[in-house]
Amino acid sequence: MNADLSSSSSIPSTGVNPEQDISRKGNFLMDEGFVYITLGFAVIAAGLIFWMAAIITEKAWPAIQTFGIPFIWSTDWSVPAEKFGALPYIFGTLVTSGIALLLAVPIGISVALITSENFLPQWVRTPLGFIVELIAAIPSVIIGLWGIFVFIPVFLPVQQFLHQTLGWFPLFSSEPPGPGILVAGLILTVMILPTISSISRDVLRSVPVTLRSASMALGATRWETIFRVMLPAAASGIVGASILGLGRALGETMAVAMVIGNTKRITPSLLDSASTIPAVLANEFAESHEGLHLQSLMLLGVILFILTLVVNIAAVWIIQALSLKGRE
Amino acid sequence: MSTSPIPHPSVSDTDASLIFQPLSFNRTFFSRGMTGLAFVLSGLAILPLFSILFEVIKNGLPQLTLDTLTQLPAPAGMEGIPDGLGNCIIGTLMMVFLASLMSIPIGILAAIYLSEFGQGSAIGSGIRFLITVLSGVPSIVVGLFAYTVIVFTTKTFSGLAGSFALAIVMVPIITLSTLEALKLVPTAQRLASSALGANRFQTTFKIVVSSALPVITTGTLLAISRAIGETAPLIFTALFTINWPDGFFQPTPSLSVMIYNYAGSPFIEQNAMAWTGALVLVFIVLCINIFSRLVLAKTR
Repeated sequence: MNADLSSSSSIPSTGVNPEQDISRKGNFLMDEGFVYITLGFAVIAAGLIFWMAAIITEKAWPAIQTFGIPFIWSTDWSVPAEKFGALPYIFGTLVTSGIALLLAVPIGISVALITSENFLPQWVRTPLGFIVELIAAIPSVIIGLWGIFVFIPVFLPVQQFLHQTLGWFPLFSSEPPGPGILVAGLILTVMILPTISSISRDVLRSVPVTLRSASMALGATRWETIFRVMLPAAASGIVGASILGLGRALGETMAVAMVIGNTKRITPSLLDSASTIPAVLANEFAESHEGLHLQSLMLLGVILFILTLVVNIAAVWIIQALSLKGRE
Repeated sequence: MSTSPIPHPSVSDTDASLIFQPLSFNRTFFSRGMTGLAFVLSGLAILPLFSILFEVIKNGLPQLTLDTLTQLPAPAGMEGIPDGLGNCIIGTLMMVFLASLMSIPIGILAAIYLSEFGQGSAIGSGIRFLITVLSGVPSIVVGLFAYTVIVFTTKTFSGLAGSFALAIVMVPIITLSTLEALKLVPTAQRLASSALGANRFQTTFKIVVSSALPVITTGTLLAISRAIGETAPLIFTALFTINWPDGFFQPTPSLSVMIYNYAGSPFIEQNAMAWTGALVLVFIVLCINIFSRLVLAKTR
């Protein structure tokens, strides 16, 4: 077809050059067509989340019909009796993530300050930030392996000390078996720290120098400037980073499943073993048979999905609002 | 150290000598104390990484031989036969390769739309939002999805299901990092290309993508390194086997699932093999990460 047209292009008179015409047609395909192709792929990528939501909800549907809303606060989880409730797992997920958030925020802000202020020369600061971010690259199964064989044995005496001296206090009221809620919370702290520190550092760096200079010129010391000027100016970014970290902690599976002890339990003691939604999925799903057990596990997945969705959307909104504000 | 209180400013206005007085004890104490605290907390933050690297090398290196990298795992408790994790290495590479084939075209083309054509439009920002949210979905939920779509319909655990799950983990990472890479290309270059008569396809691939290629490559490598270490999406999709992987329609072994299974094993040899697997995995993942970050630091 191409050859046809080019041979006919030897006719000189018509004004419109057919060769130019076909390149225009080609251009149209390469132009508009290309845009639609990329749009198609973008829609596929974005549509994955709806497809995922639809598929796991559909699979969990029989469990939703059987148990209804009380699934959320029921504490039964018995495979032979076919009675399932999510509360122990929701409890474990929220408590371990809460511990992680409580510890990772101050440590993360410290790292962000050390790497953004000029306490240290640049050639120390850059590698320091790099090393902290490298933790995020370590696969979580390896952090779990380290947790089982290194961290738990090292940390057990500390847990026993806490129990012996503060045993009257409900948080430390049980004999520590080794794995448990506190260990899982600490492991999660390590894992979400890079998220919090790296975003907080970027936000702190983008605070205008004039604000800092003004505070210093009025006689404030470095730490007075940090607490009264830098941190308030960066507050929304740090909150966004922390919520993003929380989202990571809620969904973290392998490391937690390996160090939490995997017992279905609601306990006031942080030294006790427990379980989380991702951990019970990792432990039971492959062995579950078609039926109510599998559907209930799917429903746990749906709850986790919704929980992380809400948390992540909040973080995205806060960080987007921040970057819009920064652009003005 | 002077503890003399600073007089109220209205009194001290005229007294120039006060300027040369040292800070009050409280303020000095607060400053030094906070600096000390920040350093201690930052020290705590980097301690785990060093401990992990040290332990992985200490516990993993003794068993690392050529046999370990090329042989099948020995049955638990057996002695005197070669013990290895060759099948896990092959399985991981197979699944990550297929996952890359699925996710890289989707991720890069989606990023091209978002950066080149959809910028500022409602569709563009909506799609970008959804992909950002997808990047926050826990990988275990992705595993549930892949189980239902592939394992449940084909009635068998398979490498294909594992690859599918890994691809879904990779898509948002590739899209968002490519998007950042494309944004670094100056608009003037696109305008110059169009002014010379190039169509959008030519402008995009010959000008924009080719100049952003190093950064796109490093972003994609980071996504691959994430997929290599992922465990949660594989434990009930690809499952595990102690045999060589046999195509994509059978259970397929992987390094990460091997580490998970063997870490909880009562056999000390299997625990040791988990550490060796961890050494191999950490080595691959850190090499990719350090290389990518050096390239990124150079281009920015």
